[in-house]
Amino acid sequence: MALTLSVNGRNYTVDVEPETPLLWVLRDNMGLVGTKYGCGIARCGACTVHIDGQVARSCATQAAAAVGKTVTTIEGLSPNSTHPVQVAWTELDVPQCGYCQSGQIMAAAALLAKRPRPTDGDIDAEMELNLCRCGTYQGIRAAIHRAAAIAGGAR
Amino acid sequence: MTHLEITRRSFIVTTAAAGGGLMIGIAMSGPAQAAAGMMPNPWERATAKEGQEINAWIVVDPDGTTTIRVGQSEMGQGVFTAMPMLVAEELHVDWKMVKVEYADSNRHVRNNNLYQRMSTGGSGAVRNSRVFLQQAGASARERLREAAAVAWSVPRDQVVAKDSVLTAGNRRGTYAEFATRASQVQLAQEPAIKQSGQFSLLGTTLARLDTPLKVNGTATFGFDVKLPGMVYAAVKVVPVRGGKLTSFDFNAIKGRPGIIGAYALKPVGEQPFATRIDEGVAVVADTYYRALTALNLMPVVWDLGPDVAINSREYKARLTEAVKLPGAVGRNDGDTIAAMKTAAKTVEGHYFTGYDSHTCMEPMSCTVSITADRVDVWGGFQNPPGALAVVAEHLGKQPVDVYSHTTFLGGGFGLRSRNHEVRQAAEIARQVGNRPVKMLWTREENERQARGRPAAMSHLKMGLDAQGMPIAFYGRFAGHSAAAQANPTAVANGLDSGTMNGIRDHRYKIANTLIEGHIRNTNQNIQAYRAPGYEHNLWHMEQFMDEVALAGGKDPLQLRIDLTKDLPDWQLVLNTLKQKSGYRRDLPKGEGMGVAIGESFGSIIAMCAKVSVSRRGQLTVEKYDVVVDCGNLVTPAIAAHQMQSGIVYGITDAIYRELTIDKGAVVEGNFDTYPLLKISQMPVVDVHFALAGGDKWGGMGEPATPPAAPALGNAIFAATGKRVRDVIINQADLSWT
Repeated sequence: MALTLSVNGRNYTVDVEPETPLLWVLRDNMGLVGTKYGCGIARCGACTVHIDGQVARSCATQAAAAVGKTVTTIEGLSPNSTHPVQVAWTELDVPQCGYCQSGQIMAAAALLAKRPRPTDGDIDAEMELNLCRCGTYQGIRAAIHRAAAIAGGAR
Repeated sequence: MTHLEITRRSFIVTTAAAGGGLMIGIAMSGPAQAAAGMMPNPWERATAKEGQEINAWIVVDPDGTTTIRVGQSEMGQGVFTAMPMLVAEELHVDWKMVKVEYADSNRHVRNNNLYQRMSTGGSGAVRNSRVFLQQAGASARERLREAAAVAWSVPRDQVVAKDSVLTAGNRRGTYAEFATRASQVQLAQEPAIKQSGQFSLLGTTLARLDTPLKVNGTATFGFDVKLPGMVYAAVKVVPVRGGKLTSFDFNAIKGRPGIIGAYALKPVGEQPFATRIDEGVAVVADTYYRALTALNLMPVVWDLGPDVAINSREYKARLTEAVKLPGAVGRNDGDTIAAMKTAAKTVEGHYFTGYDSHTCMEPMSCTVSITADRVDVWGGFQNPPGALAVVAEHLGKQPVDVYSHTTFLGGGFGLRSRNHEVRQAAEIARQVGNRPVKMLWTREENERQARGRPAAMSHLKMGLDAQGMPIAFYGRFAGHSAAAQANPTAVANGLDSGTMNGIRDHRYKIANTLIEGHIRNTNQNIQAYRAPGYEHNLWHMEQFMDEVALAGGKDPLQLRIDLTKDLPDWQLVLNTLKQKSGYRRDLPKGEGMGVAIGESFGSIIAMCAKVSVSRRGQLTVEKYDVVVDCGNLVTPAIAAHQMQSGIVYGITDAIYRELTIDKGAVVEGNFDTYPLLKISQMPVVDVHFALAGGDKWGGMGEPATPPAAPALGNAIFAATGKRVRDVIINQADLSWT
């Protein structure tokens, strides 16, 4: 059936089964492959997007459930990688292989929207389901604090 | 509407998006990409202009942009930054003008292994490519100088090459102006390359060239390849290795939306073990989700084969029996058995580590396009010429007609080194016919087709003299040998070269050492892991060395120092660890520090772990101090990140990960049952370099993994008095009173 979804400020009409996970609609129907598949069961965070500003695991979110809502993916987080999280990630060279990083960045951006000056405890709680096999966690933690400072006006 | 144009190095694609709207290109251009120093598709040139190739590694564009080609695969370890630095150190190019792209594997094959090393593994990118990459940069630099010298009628030694500019007195020209002439220069003698102590770029921290693509989702991984007319394959292989596909009922799913076909996967002819297809079935559809859903609904009948009785407990018992018996001799210094009889005291330790999988965050994938005159294959290859060769062999094509395009790798760790998934994808594409096929594995297939770490057991015994010093070391090992599995006739004396790494090649000065081994294989498929052999064997060896020290009344760190007095590099590393870590053994109960050291892939790495364990047994890994001697450094930040990465990998495996084999099949399949370390569990990692310098260049990708786990095990013992020897830490009771 035809579904119309608002993704990154644009409306897409796609012909998919309504139970299709949003992840695969983003990737295969819309060509937005920055959002990654890692597990399919909402346990790794590689597929993290925002729906109405809240963190959502797109692999476990039916496409039909996103109709009428605003979806943001890594491609729509900012023009030219200017979101404070992206700036901090670049400054600190956080990614290694990079595969989980779209999800890490989207989760971190949602955390900062909710808590502009997160504690380490906030980071532990909010980033708990974003896994990284390369072990970039120390960089992620530092970059979230740095992003908070950038967003707060620091240089 | 689709339009496809294949040029030598690039794929320019215009296609109507399935969801409406027009997608242009797999290669999008924009400010973020421009800043990245490379294309989102890393096999493509970062500039559109025709440049002048000075040699196979170096292309200078008219605007001075200099493309440096990289023969190694980027899986997070930083080769897209480190490799061009080796060239740029000699080329004296303006780093701001450097772009990178993958070397062309087809050209490599056509031109007699032109790029010399295009397989990534063994932590060898820098140490095995350094000399010829420096030479490529130096030879190009001297040709540029010579071209200017001729044009200006001055001796070459009066021409200075710096930051992509040539000067002599008041004459000045750019690399771009002289690139064409330089490419034609014949030198009587190639220049010498710089040595340690002469570097200006190497040893400095530069921003990674791939980071901008990895913060905005544009970096193209194997999973992300997109071609016009492409269809998607979901696969399922027989759950028991060695089993067969009996039948499947395509009629049950063929009416579902988007379904194109279902295909049997069977080995064809004699395929080498490393790339042999596990029997299975693929469903192909217009989207991946439709293919996967149909595959999961399709009835499939398996013949599980002869190995359905294999299970983890039975296998562990087999290994336990094996190490009770003398085995094939792997090392024999002195007379261990006689010396053991003279020992004032003996210590024994019995250690086990189970099967494990690489669990790259990106599951395996491969995309294949077969046309009349050429075959193209895309994926995260650790060995792109190998991928090319497998496809050519499987499809009966000439290698020169096959083009392998390497994407970014969503983790590698050895999993993507053999190209078994490439043969699988080629077989599906062959059956589908004339349209490109992208094959993707689910997480469950990725874990269950694992081909990961072998299971291994060690029974270690040390004889001590009256002063508590080791005099006789008798180790018996039993485990699964990848080499024996791949080629049983290659293992003549009952041992293979790598499975006992970390025990057989121990560096401690002990007068008598006898190491024996037994190969005991199962139906599980095994291949290169992160630091093969060392990764599991240091868990055995370096915990045992703590047991030896404590039994002899010695400080575990000091004993390691005392047993390596004639190894200056080890002394430097261990003494630096002593100084930096503040290692101490008088912490209150429930807190502990533990040390371990290993030498692999040319690097010596020692670690001190600090943990706390609650009375109820809850473990917190607080801190790691790491001291590394890799001889020389290319770029410190990436090296430090590899140390963090190795620690996370090592402690994740030690805490959580043993694949359970039941009825011949892997049980775990996804992160709910097979976890990874989380950010909340990440220790603080401090990295200290203690570099020997000189001609020594050690690897970075693997050697930090092996010492991480035993340092943790030793710290847990220090905190609790409990030694975890033969289970994953998460299964051990660490409670104390």
